[in-house]
Amino acid sequence: MLAFDRVTCVRGGRVLFEDLSFALGPGEAALVQGPNGVGKSSMVRIAAGLLTPAAGRVEGEGARTLLAEAAALDPELALAAALRFWAGLDGRADAVADALAVVGMAELAQVPVRLLSTGQRRRAAIARVVASGAAVWLLDEPGNGLDAASVVQLEGLIAAHRAQGGVALVATHLPIALPGAQVIGLGAA
Amino acid sequence: MSGFGAIVWRELRRAWSTGGLMLPVAFFLLVAILFPFAVGPDDKLLAKIGGGVIWAAALLAALMPVERLVAPDMESGVLDQFAVRGLSDPLIAAAKMVGHWLGFAPPLLLATVVASALLNLPGDSLVLVLAGLAIGTPGLAALGVATAALVAGLRGAGALAGLVMLPFAVPLLIFGAGALDGNPAAFKLLGAISLVLVAGAPFVAGAAIRMGRS
Repeated sequence: MLAFDRVTCVRGGRVLFEDLSFALGPGEAALVQGPNGVGKSSMVRIAAGLLTPAAGRVEGEGARTLLAEAAALDPELALAAALRFWAGLDGRADAVADALAVVGMAELAQVPVRLLSTGQRRRAAIARVVASGAAVWLLDEPGNGLDAASVVQLEGLIAAHRAQGGVALVATHLPIALPGAQVIGLGAA
Repeated sequence: MSGFGAIVWRELRRAWSTGGLMLPVAFFLLVAILFPFAVGPDDKLLAKIGGGVIWAAALLAALMPVERLVAPDMESGVLDQFAVRGLSDPLIAAAKMVGHWLGFAPPLLLATVVASALLNLPGDSLVLVLAGLAIGTPGLAALGVATAALVAGLRGAGALAGLVMLPFAVPLLIFGAGALDGNPAAFKLLGAISLVLVAGAPFVAGAAIRMGRS
């Protein structure tokens, strides 16, 4: 459902990684690891179609959803309304309430986004991923800002998504348990 | 709701709720108020230059919201999230233009009525100014979004925006002011310039947004 075919990433004239190939089928996950600045985020952005690889191809089917560093939620809106904007674009405006409940933020639905803490914003962004209903989850440092309980919750969400045949590509420098995931070590060589 | 409509609505909502629309309109009125003080209370002179003053003020007012049109969405990842959902960058820019125009032009036209009273503009001149602004403001909105996309992420973007945008707005000003004596050819040329800007700006802005990602 998501495949990299000899993908090379060049940023600012510097080769970050070369000839990267992997394929993820339904229910599979990949864990992208490596030190800072090695190209983890770039790789996720290539998978999302936001960056064009210098060489190679990215193939895949099914809708993709991206969790990036920026929350992309309008600060003046109530949390539920801000999420409903994105869910509406995905044609799933009615999935917001359930997604908020899943990340444990149902009681914060009417709180403006600007009043949320870093971790709460991150959980809200995770709720958007859940609400999108996309088959391919692209998560860039999903554990940043999360407390230990929320990381466990996130691991459960990814596992449930994979159990339904979804795919997850997770780039992280924090330990996140993804049983049976392919490990892609960037910059290890 | 379609993606296009949703973006248009979001632009409108944000423009109103964050107060971003009152500032350009207040600025526009302020220029119209300052002018009679500057040239003196000669009502014949004011009536003669009033239309041109309104056009120049509209141009400067259109420059004010440029900084909030694209850069905040680029920083907050909103543009990336649109792109991941398969919305093309020119489409996003076009929707932003429509939303910007809907929020910007009607208040500006209302403020023009007030400004024309301050400048002692005769009724038939007011009609010509309003007609010209109605034709020219889509071009101004297009130029604003394209400029906003070009300078997004740069330091000193506000000052740079003026240097980028105003030269391109000169044709609008020339034909807008030229239409003040009711010359139909000037109206046609104003419409043509406006149309060129509206047609081209989404692609310029879209390309600038895409460049901004890499």
